[in-house]
Amino acid sequence: MAKLVSLADGVAELVRDGDTVALEGFTHLIPFAAGHEIIRQRRRELTLVRMTPDVIYDQLIGAGCARRLVFSWGGNPGVGSLHRFRDAVQNSWPVPLELEEHSHAGMANRYVAGASGLPFAVLRGYTGTDLPRHTTNIRPIDCPFTGETLTAVPALRPDVTVVHAQRADRAGNVQMWGITGVQKEAVLAAERSLVTVEEIVDELDPVPGQVILPGWAVTAVAHVPDGAHPSYTQGYSVRDNDFYRAWDAISRERASFQDWIARHVLDAEVPA
Amino acid sequence: MTADYSADEMMTVAAARQLRDGTACFVGIGLPSTAANLARVTHAPNLVLIYESGCLGAKPDRLPLSIGDGVLADTADAVVSVPEVFNYWLQPGRIDVGFLGAAQLDRYGNINTTVIGGDYTDPKVRLPGAGGAPEIAASCGEVVVIVRQSLRTFIDRVDFVTSLGYGAGPGDRARLGLRGGGPKTVITDLGVLEADPVSCELTLTRLHPGVTVDQVRAATGWPLAVADELATNEPPTADELAILRALEATKQAVPS
Repeated sequence: MAKLVSLADGVAELVRDGDTVALEGFTHLIPFAAGHEIIRQRRRELTLVRMTPDVIYDQLIGAGCARRLVFSWGGNPGVGSLHRFRDAVQNSWPVPLELEEHSHAGMANRYVAGASGLPFAVLRGYTGTDLPRHTTNIRPIDCPFTGETLTAVPALRPDVTVVHAQRADRAGNVQMWGITGVQKEAVLAAERSLVTVEEIVDELDPVPGQVILPGWAVTAVAHVPDGAHPSYTQGYSVRDNDFYRAWDAISRERASFQDWIARHVLDAEVPA
Repeated sequence: MTADYSADEMMTVAAARQLRDGTACFVGIGLPSTAANLARVTHAPNLVLIYESGCLGAKPDRLPLSIGDGVLADTADAVVSVPEVFNYWLQPGRIDVGFLGAAQLDRYGNINTTVIGGDYTDPKVRLPGAGGAPEIAASCGEVVVIVRQSLRTFIDRVDFVTSLGYGAGPGDRARLGLRGGGPKTVITDLGVLEADPVSCELTLTRLHPGVTVDQVRAATGWPLAVADELATNEPPTADELAILRALEATKQAVPS
C-alpha cells in the first residue's frame, strides 16, 4: 500500500543525488510541483529521463540538478526552443549535460520493456537515421523467426518515477484520465514511485478512459493541488499557455532565469 | 476577387488542400496542425487527425498550442497511451499520411530537427530532436512536409538525418526495409515540390501565384530540378482565408 506523504518528505525520501529520475506526463499531468521540490532540495548529478523534456526539465537543468538527459524531444511545445537546455548543451552552463537521444517510439518501448521486466524492447524504428551513430543504446537485431532486421533498445528502469494524477484514495490507489501518455509504464518500470494528486478521496468513482495504478504498485502519494501548473489536469485545471509563452523570455538569459527560480521556486512557500 | 494574403497563408492553404478527405493523418504540432485542422473544417470533414499524445480522431474547434492540449482528448474518438499510438497505430502502417515540419531538408527529403553546425556533441545550434518524426517518416503511407523555403532550410546536405526521406536516392528505402512511401510532397511558402518517381529527387511542380522559378532556385541550396510543365496554385479563396484566420485567432485566445 502506498504511503501518503507530504511532497517535501516524498522527494526527500525517494529522490536521491545521482539517481535516474523520470518525471513523465505528456503535455497533460506534468508533475511541475514535484520538479520544483527537487530543485528546492538541491538534488545533484541526476540522470533525468523524459520523452519530452519541456519547461520542467529546462528548470531542473538550469538549476544544476542534472548531469545527463535521456530524451526524445526537448522543446517548449508550441513556443520554441528551451534556452536552459541549449545553454547546457552548447556552453556547459551551469554544468555539462550529457545527452542520450532517442525517438518517441524508442523511449515509449523502453518504458514498456522496463514495466514488463524485459531487458530490451524491439521495434521498427530509427532505421536510416543518424541517431544510432550517436546513441549506442540503439542496436540492430535479427528476428529469430523471419530473419528481418529490426531495432532493439534497452529497458528503462528509473530509480524513481514521479507523475501527477487527478485522484487517489486513502489506500494510495491512483486514478488518472485524459491523455495518460506513458505514465503507467514509467511507474511500473521504476524501482520507486511518487505520485502527486489533485485530491485524496474516500472512494474512486469510475471515470471513462481511466488508468488505475493500484496502491501496492506505488511507493508514495502526495496531495498537491494544482501540482501540474502550468501544465494542466483534466477536470481540474486548464493549461496556462501564457506561462509557456512567458517562459521563453524568462529563460533566455541566465540572470532572469536565476531570478525567477529564486522567487518562484527556492523562496516559494510550500504547503506542508 | 483576389484577397490579400501572406506567403505563410498560401503555404498553409496549399498544404491543407493536399490532404484528402477520409484519410488518416499523423499530425505534428505547428504548421502541420494548422493546415490539417484547416483541411478538416473545409474540404475534408472526415479527415482523421492523429496526435502522438494518443488522441485518435481529434476534432478540435480551436487550434491546439501543443500536441497534448485538452481539446484534443475531449474531441477524440479514442485516447490511447503513447506506447499504443506508436506500436499499434503507426508502426503497422495504419496511417495514410504523416505530416511533418523540418529545420533542414535536402533534395531527397531527408529531414534534420536535431543539430545545426559544429558536430553532434558540440553543435552550433541544438534543436528539439526527433520526437515522433523518425517513425512517422518511416511508416506512414506517405509523408507531406511543410516548411518555409530558404538557403537556411533547403540545403545540399543536412547536418543530421533525424528522419529519413529517400536517403541517398532510389532504392534506399526498400533496401532499409522501410514500409512507408516517403516524402512525396513538400509544401513551402514559394510553391510545391514533389519527389520524382524515378530519381526520388524533389522537383518543383507548382508555384504559388506571383512567385518565379528564379526565386525558388535562389532559395534552394542545390541545383533545383524543375518540372517541364509547371502549374500555378490557385490563391486562397475568401472562405479558406476567413476560416484560417479564425483558427489562428483561437490559438491566441485563452481556452475556457
